[in-house]
Amino acid sequence: MVAASELRSALTVLVIAAILFIVAPAVIETYTLTVLIIYGMLALSLGLIWGFGGILCFGQAAFFGLGAYTYAISAINIGESTVPFVLGIAVPAAFAFILGAMLFYGRLSDVYLGVITLVVTLIFFKFMNSTAGPEYVIGNARLGGFNGIPGFQTLNVPGDPGSYIYDVDYYWFCVVAILIVYALVRWLLASPFGRIAVAIRENETRVELMGYDVRIRKTVLFSIGGGIAGLSGTLFANWAEIVTPGMFSLAQSAEIIIWCIVGGLGTLVGPVIGAMALAYLKFLLGQQSLVDNMMLLGLILTLSVLFLPRGIVPSLGTLLARAMPKRRRKRQHHRRPRRDAEESRGEVLDG
Amino acid sequence: MASILETRGLTMQFGGVTAVDNVDFKLQRNELRCLIGPNGAGKSTFFKCLTGQLKPTGGHVFIENEETTGWDPHAVSRLGIGIKTQVPSVMDGLPVRENIWLAAYRTHGRERARHATDSAIERLALRDIANTAVGRLSHGERQRVELGIVISMEPWLILLDEPAAGMTGEEVARMAEIIGELNADAAIVVVEHDMQFIRSIAKKVTVFNQGRILVEEDVDTVMNDPRVRDVYLGKKV
Amino acid sequence: MDLAGVIAIEMVYSVAMLVLISAGLAVVFGMMRVINLAHGEFMMMGGYATIVSVHAGINIYIAMLIVAPLVVGIIGLIVERLVIRYLYGRLIDTMLATWGLSLFFIGAATMIFGNTTTGISPPISGFALGDFQVNGYNLFIVLVAAVILIAMFAALSLTRFGLIARGTMQRPDMASALGYDPDRIYMLTFFAGSALSGLAGGILAPLVGLVPTTGATYIAKAFITVISGGASVIAGLASAATLFGLISQSFTFLFSPVVGEVALLVAAVVLLRLLPQGITGRFFRGGM
Repeated sequence: MVAASELRSALTVLVIAAILFIVAPAVIETYTLTVLIIYGMLALSLGLIWGFGGILCFGQAAFFGLGAYTYAISAINIGESTVPFVLGIAVPAAFAFILGAMLFYGRLSDVYLGVITLVVTLIFFKFMNSTAGPEYVIGNARLGGFNGIPGFQTLNVPGDPGSYIYDVDYYWFCVVAILIVYALVRWLLASPFGRIAVAIRENETRVELMGYDVRIRKTVLFSIGGGIAGLSGTLFANWAEIVTPGMFSLAQSAEIIIWCIVGGLGTLVGPVIGAMALAYLKFLLGQQSLVDNMMLLGLILTLSVLFLPRGIVPSLGTLLARAMPKRRRKRQHHRRPRRDAEESRGEVLDG
Repeated sequence: MASILETRGLTMQFGGVTAVDNVDFKLQRNELRCLIGPNGAGKSTFFKCLTGQLKPTGGHVFIENEETTGWDPHAVSRLGIGIKTQVPSVMDGLPVRENIWLAAYRTHGRERARHATDSAIERLALRDIANTAVGRLSHGERQRVELGIVISMEPWLILLDEPAAGMTGEEVARMAEIIGELNADAAIVVVEHDMQFIRSIAKKVTVFNQGRILVEEDVDTVMNDPRVRDVYLGKKV
Repeated sequence: MDLAGVIAIEMVYSVAMLVLISAGLAVVFGMMRVINLAHGEFMMMGGYATIVSVHAGINIYIAMLIVAPLVVGIIGLIVERLVIRYLYGRLIDTMLATWGLSLFFIGAATMIFGNTTTGISPPISGFALGDFQVNGYNLFIVLVAAVILIAMFAALSLTRFGLIARGTMQRPDMASALGYDPDRIYMLTFFAGSALSGLAGGILAPLVGLVPTTGATYIAKAFITVISGGASVIAGLASAATLFGLISQSFTFLFSPVVGEVALLVAAVVLLRLLPQGITGRFFRGGM
């Protein structure tokens, strides 16, 4: 029943996505497509923890940048890409776990979570920008301040540092990566862990009263989100062949949030589509100088908060559901989470 | 007989306000107890101190001789305690079945969760709305869903905060019936306002007033106690 | 002795800076529970307003103290009418919408002024304290910060508008029942907050080379000062600014300005973890 329809819809998405990724190089250069996929994965990471876990993280860029820097630094020191690739996922996940534990065990509310994650991102940004001097070295890798770290070993066939995976091959590598990540996340959400995570988003108190330890579950979910963001950072490092502090910037954090909001929270496909569409739009806009890029992005964010509170994909879903009334009921639990879980916090003494 | 739930000197202060003041309370196995009292008497605060939603500022809570003072709600719940809060606390975005399954899964594990979910749905007559999102249901139905969450956990101690609030007369009668059934396997504490309802279920009643226990007697004695009438009508004790 | 004097001045200056850059945000957040992430850009626009006016031949003090607050106040008013008023009570949505506005203003400023640095020179020259040179303009900033705190206190506690505003923030329904239009009060409060941001931007204009992205350097500090201060607008602002100002300036002396900045951010994270309600207590409570 539920499991079967879940499986079918997940497979449908995977097949359609695979076909699109096969066709897409006919229209857009694979080099550009690759980075769109990487951004899609980054948006997926926030879409998971925010849209399904209800964890508002303003600093997803911290894990993105951390993954990229971890990869770059360890690749320079090791000279082969397999271990750095794993570290690029594991280090941000571990960092997210520690940060998450600190936040969730302290029972900080939404707003503080947003503030602190944002501030952590800024700390990385400021620190990395100030590491231009020769004294900032990790092993053989100079951190390089605002110039970043260039010239590290990029992705190679495991065990053979001489045979690089690049260009079109790298595109396919990223395609497979995002399909796998998507499938794993779908599986996670269908598992009891995922179902409980969604329940926590809906009503934390109730889930606690059922006997689940909400804190550890949120921490683990946050860490998974950090790991996926780290993976996308690692992939980005390999694509750009340089990592810079800009990956930690406020604008980067804002963009991830914009992708999720425009694409739609509470779905996985939404943020990915939002990211790919907006990043491509930005790419196209980058080739003209009439209108400033950032101005348009900002406008998109503000307007979608005002007029498209549910994002594109869920809105389309509702339209489809209206067109096919029979399927309506099944869609109900894909309801978008409230972005604002704000309630009156005054203690009611008694009733 | 040993008590399964006990408080000693339980106190909860908010700033200068003492909402619960030095309360000693005992509950026996399989007992059904009602807590009543006027608005602001401290019933719900007392209740939240039992469930771990509030950390008492003084005194002790014991559940089956284990001190649970200051435990987190999930740890208290894991002892086998089902809790229904004052405002129905349910997952509005999820279907009824999912709400109940989540509770059943915690207690019974994957194998038996489906069965426990089905039987709770059956028992509370929720079958017709089992796939509807809880947010779309009426208040009375949501109350029932929350009760379904509680009973699917098969607790041996059930704490119910205003289970009959906002329900129709028919629903209230059904609720009284369900509570009676549940009482066969579990001790129950009910916080209520509705006197009619209390008369229909209660044996022993504890009356709260200004954070303290005013009277603790069987239901008829309490109903005829002039002091109880006074606090409800607002006269000075 | 002279060194101690200089250090003392620097410490006070660093506190005053935080008060200055946070005041506008504090008013809007403390009174209306709106976190305006475009606050930094409001300051940036205040800076441009000042520089443009000075280049147009207006006296620098008039430009800083009158033109900048007025221009930004009016921009704030427009923003409130077009965006914020639809989002009251939705804290996260306002944060997101104003974050969008922040990017929008950066983009707009880049289109108008270009991505180059502009600046004006400070109107007050330095003086010597023993062997050390003290920047006279810094003392002016300390003075302005003190005046802002006093003026905020006076406006909130002594004037009729302050009383009505505080009442409205706590119980808009009551205020409305008493015949005050909450909509108008919110509008005026947002105007006042924006004007303060503009004032801060104007006063800082001679100190920094202004670029369209200048705002980003302020928003984080202002943001954490206000949030860490907690519910009470003035006491929270003053106490958080003092704490963070002292911490960051101490680390700047001991190590470097970057370490000072990082120390401030780390201190904020630790503080919020220890005092989730901010220094002055509970989060959502209107007050002074």
